[in-house]
Amino acid sequence: MVVYGVALLALCMLTGMYIGELLGVLLGVDANVGGVGVAMLLLIVLSNISETRFHLKPVSESGIQFWSAMYIPIVVAMAAKQNVIAALSGGWIAILAGVLAVAAGFALIPVLSRLSSGDGQAFTESEDRE
Amino acid sequence: MTMFVDLLAKQQLIAAFVFVGVLMWFSYWLSDRLTRGHIHGSAIAITLGLVFAYFGGLITGGNKGLADIEIFAGVALLGGAMFRDFAIIATAYGAKLDAIKRAGLVGALSVVIGVVVSFAVGAGVAMAFGYRDAVAISTIGAGAATYIVGPVTGTALGASSDIIALSVAAGLVKSVLVMVGTPFVARFIGLNNPQAAMVYGGLMGTTSGVAGGLAATDERLVPYGAMTATFYTGVGCLLAPSILFVAVRALVSS
Repeated sequence: MVVYGVALLALCMLTGMYIGELLGVLLGVDANVGGVGVAMLLLIVLSNISETRFHLKPVSESGIQFWSAMYIPIVVAMAAKQNVIAALSGGWIAILAGVLAVAAGFALIPVLSRLSSGDGQAFTESEDRE
Repeated sequence: MTMFVDLLAKQQLIAAFVFVGVLMWFSYWLSDRLTRGHIHGSAIAITLGLVFAYFGGLITGGNKGLADIEIFAGVALLGGAMFRDFAIIATAYGAKLDAIKRAGLVGALSVVIGVVVSFAVGAGVAMAFGYRDAVAISTIGAGAATYIVGPVTGTALGASSDIIALSVAAGLVKSVLVMVGTPFVARFIGLNNPQAAMVYGGLMGTTSGVAGGLAATDERLVPYGAMTATFYTGVGCLLAPSILFVAVRALVSS
């Protein structure tokens, strides 16, 4: 049943979020520390063992895949509810701080990517420049 | 007419589905026709979403962009943290555990480096603009990490509300820029594989920015970038009001 997949996904989210809240309390910070990341790890582990141990039926999987496919529309809705006015009204100091932080991050990506032990296989072979 | 408006306001989530559906259809059409697919449809949709958010804010004076207009209120629910996180987690289904293991350490490292570098850049800008007070400098620096780390740090350190607002603005600029800019720089920074995506998520950290940026670049990269990005705000809230603030204070008083 489709709802099995949805429920499994929801369960992963709640478990991950709970661990994230606990981590926040443990570290004494007023934030959820990596709750979504933990939930993702849970789901990945589940999906990787489901190939061998137990099998999630394709119908049940479609309950997860639906939400995965809704990701971009949800991100578009998220963009439409951003406080863009506030971002722009912060003046030059906010704009410069934001722009330079992003530029520094972009510049560091190739440096750090090279450190990872992976061979960095590209998804798209056609425009691979390496 | 008022009956129809009332209906849209009442069935807000459903109205949001239609709004987003139409916006995406239009964006993909523009992508095909005007750019021959060079600029990805989702990148256009996200940019248009931000434009709508600007006008929504302009018209209503609220802080939820388009969602402050009654008939688009559902956009806040659909685009809110609950659905966003649910969908992000769903993208992890089928991601390769090996890829994550291979970049695990560098991914974790990139989160810490990302927080420290963003903070340093933000703090540097604050100092360049004449701020000499360690609390204000740290709060603005934290805002350059994400718009959540900024106010959390500012509140913890007792910053004034205008400084906190400034830090939120810096974080919002970052998030918007990451959303819009990523597809354009992706090929120059080698953002085309899971490892690079994890590093990217860790360095950028803004969940909404990373979510939008990767969606507009290559959907398959989303789970890897989102995974590291979700640790960023927590690490930022940990480091900014503590070690980083102490470092700034030492620097300013010397």
